[in-house]
Amino acid sequence: MRSIETPPTRRDVTLGVAAAGAAIGLTGKAHATPEDLADALKQITKGAFISPGRVKLTMPELAENGNVVSTLIEVQSPMTAADHVKTIHVLAEKNPQVTLIRFHLGARAGRAKIAANVRLADTQRVLALAEMSDGSFWSGEANVIVTLAACVDSG
Amino acid sequence: MANLPTRIVLPASAKKGDIVEIKTLVQHAMEPGYRRDNEGRAVPRDIVATFAVTYGGIEIFKCDMQPGTAANPYIAFSTVATETAELVFTWTDEKGDATRETRRLTVTG
Repeated sequence: MRSIETPPTRRDVTLGVAAAGAAIGLTGKAHATPEDLADALKQITKGAFISPGRVKLTMPELAENGNVVSTLIEVQSPMTAADHVKTIHVLAEKNPQVTLIRFHLGARAGRAKIAANVRLADTQRVLALAEMSDGSFWSGEANVIVTLAACVDSG
Repeated sequence: MANLPTRIVLPASAKKGDIVEIKTLVQHAMEPGYRRDNEGRAVPRDIVATFAVTYGGIEIFKCDMQPGTAANPYIAFSTVATETAELVFTWTDEKGDATRETRRLTVTG
Protein backbone atom coordinates (compact mmCIF):
# COMPACT_ATOMS: atom_id res chain seq x y z
CA MET A 1 0.00 0.00 0.00
CA ARG A 2 2.89 2.29 0.65
CA SER A 3 4.07 2.16 -2.93
CA ILE A 4 0.84 3.81 -4.08
CA GLU A 5 1.27 6.77 -1.81
CA THR A 6 4.97 7.35 -2.08
CA PRO A 7 7.22 7.24 -5.13
CA PRO A 8 10.35 5.08 -5.10
CA THR A 9 12.56 8.13 -4.61
CA ARG A 10 11.42 8.08 -1.03
CA ARG A 11 13.71 5.13 -0.48
CA ASP A 12 16.70 6.97 -1.77
CA VAL A 13 18.81 7.57 1.29
CA THR A 14 20.26 10.96 0.47
CA LEU A 15 17.21 12.47 -1.18
CA GLY A 16 14.70 10.53 0.85
CA VAL A 17 13.67 13.25 3.21
CA ALA A 18 13.15 15.95 0.60
CA ALA A 19 11.31 13.50 -1.62
CA ALA A 20 9.10 12.48 1.26
CA GLY A 21 8.09 16.11 1.67
CA ALA A 22 7.18 16.34 -1.99
CA ALA A 23 5.22 13.11 -1.80
CA ILE A 24 3.22 14.31 1.16
CA GLY A 25 2.51 17.57 -0.63
CA LEU A 26 1.11 15.69 -3.59
CA THR A 27 -0.96 13.13 -1.77
CA GLY A 28 -2.16 15.49 0.92
CA LYS A 29 -1.23 12.97 3.57
CA ALA A 30 -1.58 14.68 6.93
CA HIS A 31 1.20 13.01 8.82
CA ALA A 32 3.67 10.18 8.90
CA THR A 33 2.91 6.90 10.60
CA PRO A 34 4.93 4.58 12.84
CA GLU A 35 5.62 2.57 9.67
CA ASP A 36 7.14 5.67 8.05
CA LEU A 37 9.37 6.05 11.07
CA ALA A 38 10.43 2.42 10.80
CA ASP A 39 11.14 2.98 7.09
CA ALA A 40 13.20 6.09 7.78
CA LEU A 41 15.20 4.21 10.41
CA LYS A 42 15.84 1.41 7.94
CA GLN A 43 17.08 3.91 5.35
CA ILE A 44 19.47 5.47 7.82
CA THR A 45 20.82 2.28 9.36
CA LYS A 46 20.62 0.11 6.23
CA GLY A 47 19.36 -2.62 8.49
CA ALA A 48 22.01 -2.29 11.20
CA PHE A 49 20.87 -2.94 14.76
CA ILE A 50 19.87 0.09 16.84
CA SER A 51 20.83 -0.27 20.48
CA PRO A 52 18.76 1.64 22.99
CA GLY A 53 20.96 3.78 25.21
CA ARG A 54 23.87 6.24 25.24
CA VAL A 55 21.55 8.88 23.79
CA LYS A 56 19.64 11.16 26.13
CA LEU A 57 16.84 13.15 24.52
CA THR A 58 15.43 15.83 26.80
CA MET A 59 12.14 17.42 25.78
CA PRO A 60 9.27 18.84 27.83
CA GLU A 61 6.70 16.21 28.87
CA LEU A 62 3.99 18.71 28.10
CA ALA A 63 4.50 21.13 25.22
CA GLU A 64 1.92 23.88 25.26
CA ASN A 65 2.98 25.10 21.84
CA GLY A 66 3.95 22.50 19.27
CA ASN A 67 5.51 25.20 17.09
CA VAL A 68 8.51 25.56 19.37
CA VAL A 69 9.54 22.53 21.40
CA SER A 70 12.95 22.69 23.03
CA THR A 71 15.11 19.67 22.35
CA LEU A 72 18.38 18.71 23.99
CA ILE A 73 20.39 15.74 22.75
CA GLU A 74 23.33 14.35 24.69
CA VAL A 75 25.27 11.30 23.57
CA GLN A 76 27.74 9.41 25.76
CA SER A 77 30.91 9.35 23.69
CA PRO A 78 34.57 10.13 24.32
CA MET A 79 34.51 12.24 21.13
CA THR A 80 38.03 11.27 20.12
CA ALA A 81 39.31 10.82 16.57
CA ALA A 82 38.89 7.07 16.98
CA ASP A 83 35.52 7.06 18.71
CA HIS A 84 33.00 9.84 18.18
CA VAL A 85 29.47 10.64 17.14
CA LYS A 86 29.15 11.29 13.41
CA THR A 87 25.49 12.08 12.91
CA ILE A 88 22.44 12.64 15.08
CA HIS A 89 18.97 12.34 13.58
CA VAL A 90 15.88 13.63 15.34
CA LEU A 91 12.77 11.80 14.14
CA ALA A 92 9.07 11.97 14.96
CA GLU A 93 6.42 9.45 13.96
CA LYS A 94 3.39 11.73 13.61
CA ASN A 95 4.79 14.83 11.91
CA PRO A 96 4.21 15.42 8.19
CA GLN A 97 7.85 14.48 7.72
CA VAL A 98 9.62 11.97 9.89
CA THR A 99 12.98 13.77 10.06
CA LEU A 100 12.84 16.99 12.05
CA ILE A 101 16.50 17.93 11.97
CA ARG A 102 19.87 16.25 11.51
CA PHE A 103 23.30 17.17 12.88
CA HIS A 104 26.73 16.25 11.57
CA LEU A 105 29.53 16.51 14.06
CA GLY A 106 32.90 15.00 14.83
CA ALA A 107 35.72 14.67 17.30
CA ARG A 108 36.30 18.43 17.26
CA ALA A 109 32.98 19.02 18.98
CA GLY A 110 34.60 17.91 22.24
CA ARG A 111 31.29 16.63 23.57
CA ALA A 112 28.15 15.45 21.87
CA LYS A 113 25.59 17.87 23.23
CA ILE A 114 23.29 19.81 20.94
CA ALA A 115 20.23 21.93 21.58
CA ALA A 116 17.61 23.01 19.05
CA ASN A 117 13.90 23.78 18.70
CA VAL A 118 11.53 21.59 16.70
CA ARG A 119 7.88 21.57 15.66
CA LEU A 120 5.52 18.79 16.71
CA ALA A 121 2.22 18.29 14.91
CA ASP A 122 0.74 16.00 17.55
CA THR A 123 1.28 14.27 20.85
CA GLN A 124 3.90 11.71 20.00
CA ARG A 125 7.13 9.85 20.57
CA VAL A 126 10.31 11.58 19.39
CA LEU A 127 13.44 9.61 18.69
CA ALA A 128 17.08 10.71 18.62
CA LEU A 129 19.32 8.35 16.68
CA ALA A 130 23.10 8.65 16.91
CA GLU A 131 25.44 7.16 14.35
CA MET A 132 28.90 6.50 15.78
CA SER A 133 32.24 6.52 13.98
CA ASP A 134 32.43 2.72 14.42
CA GLY A 135 29.17 2.35 12.49
CA SER A 136 26.99 1.47 15.47
CA PHE A 137 23.64 3.11 16.11
CA TRP A 138 22.24 4.18 19.46
CA SER A 139 18.93 5.76 20.28
CA GLY A 140 17.05 7.65 22.96
CA GLU A 141 13.47 8.81 23.00
CA ALA A 142 11.03 11.19 24.61
CA ASN A 143 7.25 11.27 24.75
CA VAL A 144 5.76 14.71 24.38
CA ILE A 145 2.15 15.70 24.96
CA VAL A 146 1.31 18.58 22.63
CA THR A 147 -1.63 20.79 23.59
CA LEU A 148 -1.41 23.24 20.66
CA ALA A 149 -0.20 21.44 17.56
CA ALA A 150 2.15 23.08 15.12
CA CYS A 151 0.06 24.48 12.26
CA VAL A 152 0.25 22.02 9.42
CA ASP A 153 -3.09 22.23 7.64
CA SER A 154 -4.20 25.82 7.82
CA GLY A 155 -2.96 29.14 9.03
CA MET B 1 18.33 37.47 -0.28
CA ALA B 2 20.01 39.98 1.91
CA ASN B 3 21.73 38.69 4.99
CA LEU B 4 19.13 37.49 7.48
CA PRO B 5 19.30 38.81 11.03
CA THR B 6 21.30 36.40 13.18
CA ARG B 7 22.52 36.08 16.75
CA ILE B 8 25.68 34.24 17.64
CA VAL B 9 26.94 33.80 21.18
CA LEU B 10 30.42 32.47 21.86
CA PRO B 11 33.26 33.59 24.12
CA ALA B 12 35.82 35.99 22.61
CA SER B 13 38.65 33.88 23.95
CA ALA B 14 39.25 30.43 25.37
CA LYS B 15 42.10 28.30 26.66
CA LYS B 16 43.54 25.81 24.23
CA GLY B 17 41.75 22.50 24.64
CA ASP B 18 38.68 23.98 26.30
CA ILE B 19 35.27 23.05 24.99
CA VAL B 20 33.54 26.19 23.79
CA GLU B 21 29.75 26.35 23.65
CA ILE B 22 28.29 28.21 20.68
CA LYS B 23 24.68 29.35 20.49
CA THR B 24 23.22 30.52 17.21
CA LEU B 25 19.91 31.78 15.92
CA VAL B 26 18.77 32.95 12.51
CA GLN B 27 15.58 34.88 11.96
CA HIS B 28 13.53 32.91 9.45
CA ALA B 29 9.85 31.86 9.26
CA MET B 30 10.72 28.27 8.18
CA GLU B 31 7.49 28.15 6.16
CA PRO B 32 6.78 24.41 5.95
CA GLY B 33 4.68 24.55 2.78
CA TYR B 34 1.61 22.85 4.28
CA ARG B 35 -0.17 25.95 5.45
CA ARG B 36 -2.82 28.03 3.71
CA ASP B 37 -3.33 31.74 4.08
CA ASN B 38 -6.63 33.45 4.97
CA GLU B 39 -7.79 33.23 1.37
CA GLY B 40 -7.08 29.53 1.14
CA ARG B 41 -3.98 29.80 -1.02
CA ALA B 42 -1.15 27.45 -0.24
CA VAL B 43 1.79 29.25 1.37
CA PRO B 44 4.89 28.15 -0.55
CA ARG B 45 7.58 26.24 1.26
CA ASP B 46 10.54 28.41 2.25
CA ILE B 47 13.01 26.98 4.74
CA VAL B 48 16.65 27.26 5.68
CA ALA B 49 18.05 23.95 4.47
CA THR B 50 21.53 23.84 5.94
CA PHE B 51 23.60 25.51 8.61
CA ALA B 52 27.34 24.93 8.48
CA VAL B 53 30.19 26.16 10.64
CA THR B 54 33.88 26.23 9.75
CA TYR B 55 36.71 26.92 12.19
CA GLY B 56 40.00 27.94 10.62
CA GLY B 57 38.58 26.86 7.25
CA ILE B 58 37.63 23.35 8.35
CA GLU B 59 34.01 22.33 8.76
CA ILE B 60 33.33 21.43 12.39
CA PHE B 61 29.54 21.28 12.44
CA LYS B 62 26.69 20.99 9.99
CA CYS B 63 22.96 20.76 10.37
CA ASP B 64 20.26 19.75 7.88
CA MET B 65 16.97 21.44 8.64
CA GLN B 66 13.48 20.31 7.69
CA PRO B 67 9.98 21.77 7.99
CA GLY B 68 9.97 20.09 11.42
CA THR B 69 12.61 22.56 12.55
CA ALA B 70 11.00 25.44 14.43
CA ALA B 71 10.88 28.98 13.03
CA ASN B 72 13.91 31.15 13.81
CA PRO B 73 16.13 28.08 14.08
CA TYR B 74 18.11 28.03 17.30
CA ILE B 75 21.06 25.66 17.44
CA ALA B 76 23.54 25.27 20.28
CA PHE B 77 26.63 23.08 19.89
CA SER B 78 30.27 22.97 20.94
CA THR B 79 33.79 22.86 19.63
CA VAL B 80 37.26 22.38 21.10
CA ALA B 81 39.36 25.56 21.07
CA THR B 82 42.39 24.57 18.99
CA GLU B 83 43.80 27.78 17.50
CA THR B 84 43.12 31.47 17.16
CA ALA B 85 41.03 31.59 14.02
CA GLU B 86 37.83 32.73 12.40
CA LEU B 87 34.60 30.80 12.71
CA VAL B 88 32.34 31.21 9.71
CA PHE B 89 28.63 30.51 10.14
CA THR B 90 26.62 29.93 6.96
CA TRP B 91 22.86 29.46 6.69
CA THR B 92 21.65 28.43 3.23
CA ASP B 93 18.02 28.26 2.13
CA GLU B 94 16.57 25.83 -0.41
CA LYS B 95 17.09 28.32 -3.24
CA GLY B 96 20.78 28.48 -2.42
CA ASP B 97 20.75 31.96 -0.90
CA ALA B 98 23.18 32.20 1.97
CA THR B 99 23.59 34.31 5.08
CA ARG B 100 27.15 34.39 6.39
CA GLU B 101 28.61 35.64 9.66
CA THR B 102 32.17 35.52 10.95
CA ARG B 103 33.45 35.52 14.54
CA ARG B 104 37.01 35.38 15.78
CA LEU B 105 37.98 33.06 18.61
CA THR B 106 41.22 33.92 20.38
CA VAL B 107 42.89 30.89 21.90
CA THR B 108 45.36 31.36 24.76
CA GLY B 109 47.78 29.03 26.53
